[in-house]
Amino acid sequence: MKNLITLLPVFFMASVFAQDGNDILKRVEANMSSENRVFESTMIIHGTRSSRTITSVTYSAGEEKSFTEYLSPPREQGTKMLKLENQLWIYSPSTDRTIQISGHMLRQSVMGSDLSYEDMMDDRKLSEMYNAINTGIETVDGRETWILDMTAKADNVAYYKCKMWIDTERYIPLREELFAKSGQMLKQTNLSEVKQIEGRWFPMKVVYKDLLKKGKGTEFIINSIKFNQPIPEYIFTKAALKQ
Amino acid sequence: MKLAIKLAFRNLIGAGLRTWLNVIVLSFSFVIIIWMKGVITGWDHQAKIDMTNWQIGEGQYWHENYDPYDPFTLNDSHAPVPEILREEVRQDSMTPLLISQGTIYPQGRLQSIMIKGLDPHQKIFHLPSHKLDTTISDAIPAIIGSGMAKNLQLGISDRVMIQWRDTEGTFDASEICITDIFSVNVPAVDQGQIYIPLNELRSMLNLEDEATILTYNNVRTDRSDVTGWIHKSKEELTSSVDELIKVKTAGTSVLYAVLILLAMLAIFDTQVLSIFKRQKEIGTYIALGYTRREVVGLFTVEGTMHAVFAALLSAAYGIPFLTWQAKNGWTMPMDTSEFGMAIAQTLYPVYSAGLVAGTVLIIMTVTAIVSYWPSRKIAGMNPTEALRGRIQ
Repeated sequence: MKNLITLLPVFFMASVFAQDGNDILKRVEANMSSENRVFESTMIIHGTRSSRTITSVTYSAGEEKSFTEYLSPPREQGTKMLKLENQLWIYSPSTDRTIQISGHMLRQSVMGSDLSYEDMMDDRKLSEMYNAINTGIETVDGRETWILDMTAKADNVAYYKCKMWIDTERYIPLREELFAKSGQMLKQTNLSEVKQIEGRWFPMKVVYKDLLKKGKGTEFIINSIKFNQPIPEYIFTKAALKQ
Repeated sequence: MKLAIKLAFRNLIGAGLRTWLNVIVLSFSFVIIIWMKGVITGWDHQAKIDMTNWQIGEGQYWHENYDPYDPFTLNDSHAPVPEILREEVRQDSMTPLLISQGTIYPQGRLQSIMIKGLDPHQKIFHLPSHKLDTTISDAIPAIIGSGMAKNLQLGISDRVMIQWRDTEGTFDASEICITDIFSVNVPAVDQGQIYIPLNELRSMLNLEDEATILTYNNVRTDRSDVTGWIHKSKEELTSSVDELIKVKTAGTSVLYAVLILLAMLAIFDTQVLSIFKRQKEIGTYIALGYTRREVVGLFTVEGTMHAVFAALLSAAYGIPFLTWQAKNGWTMPMDTSEFGMAIAQTLYPVYSAGLVAGTVLIIMTVTAIVSYWPSRKIAGMNPTEALRGRIQ
């Protein structure tokens, strides 16, 4: 009996490890994805000298279509961004012009944040892009997480390697590290303030850090979010940018 | 005619200060026009020589998708060096250049760059490519232009992180170490460009043996497009300089016109005054048997002789000045590195015999016309009244 009690944690650990990395990834996607979503967010960009706060409202359908309108500060108010599959347009009210972001411009950061336009363009599912291996358990922010070591299995994957810490209970990522092919860590993402919304767990705060850039990172806070809302189709057209 | 020249010379010398003021003003026009035209010609020469030495060689083959003004095209602008051109590459009379987009992070700032793979043993460009022929632990050797170094605040031996995407679109990053900084007057070679060893970039992008541009240094007339590659002659590649020079020439022509106009105004006034004040003299000429045409000719020669004197005076001080300028150049008072065109800080004027002769001929002709214009009035004069000195 004593032996059995001693072995119980071992069995428990074994069952935890037994979770296949790719299965975990699929469950994470099932939890995080939705037909569409509408959310209001605040982006706080911590630069080397000062911080800027930008608020916006975003409509997205699947991973391929999204429309964002910036609400504040006054300088950015009215700026709109439309992403349709692998194309991205920005409308600037001050010039009343719509430009397509392409080529080297995709490498520029979004509003000076730690996110590049390129980061916003990748809309494929993680399970389609990566082969994940569950390499162990670690505690992140007081939550038990699986550590997934992910290596690209598809072509045209932006980050060759990725490491993700997945909440073992809620199936949401709490930390993510993105690596270059050479092994150089490029970006780090921390997700927190996990709330249950419409029956699913969702991180309401994400902190992005481009590790090659100076600065304290970019906070992305979701103020409100609604899933599977009726979004008119015209929202995802170029004509909507000028409205 | 000989007599007319003799009389004109005597009259002009006799007019004293009035003549010399005209001559001085006209001589300024001569010298300034020749100098300015020389500067523009010098700029044209220098820009084309610099482009040849640093950017285009004697001509290039561009990959058919390559368009330097369209960043959309760059990802698909590469292919293996065509078989027909490989021998030239082996003989070092042609060098491949592979181009990719990337990002550099100097002092934690983000900046878009063009990463250019250059053969360290190439002999076509003046770029110090031999400085790429070195091994540095954990970093890729790189050379950059002085403008880029100033912009990024980088010096020799400094290390900085660069990021790029390979042909599969996967991010990769590595440190580069600056092994040399070169100074060049061609912004397309300097601003936003870093040069790393060709083979290094090829392996970074998984593009073994591929190139975007092939540059040659041997002039052959039988060159034409090769499958997948478009031939660009030196004339085509320097046409932007020609266009620029054309625009600049048109712009400076306005200044030449103003300079000539000022000088001609002085000569016109002098001629009008001469005819008005020298009516008795005109009457005497006619009384002595001169035809009206001959008198008009005499005054025209007199006016035109201002230009001859001006040419001589210009030669006296202009030749030493223009020679000194050709030797020491004209350093522009503003920084030219950010002009966005191939232009040196110091421009060395180039004067050709055609330039000097052309300028002299134009000014002489215009002076002759301006001198003749008021002299026509003489033809309508009554000789008797003129002899009496009555104003007509």
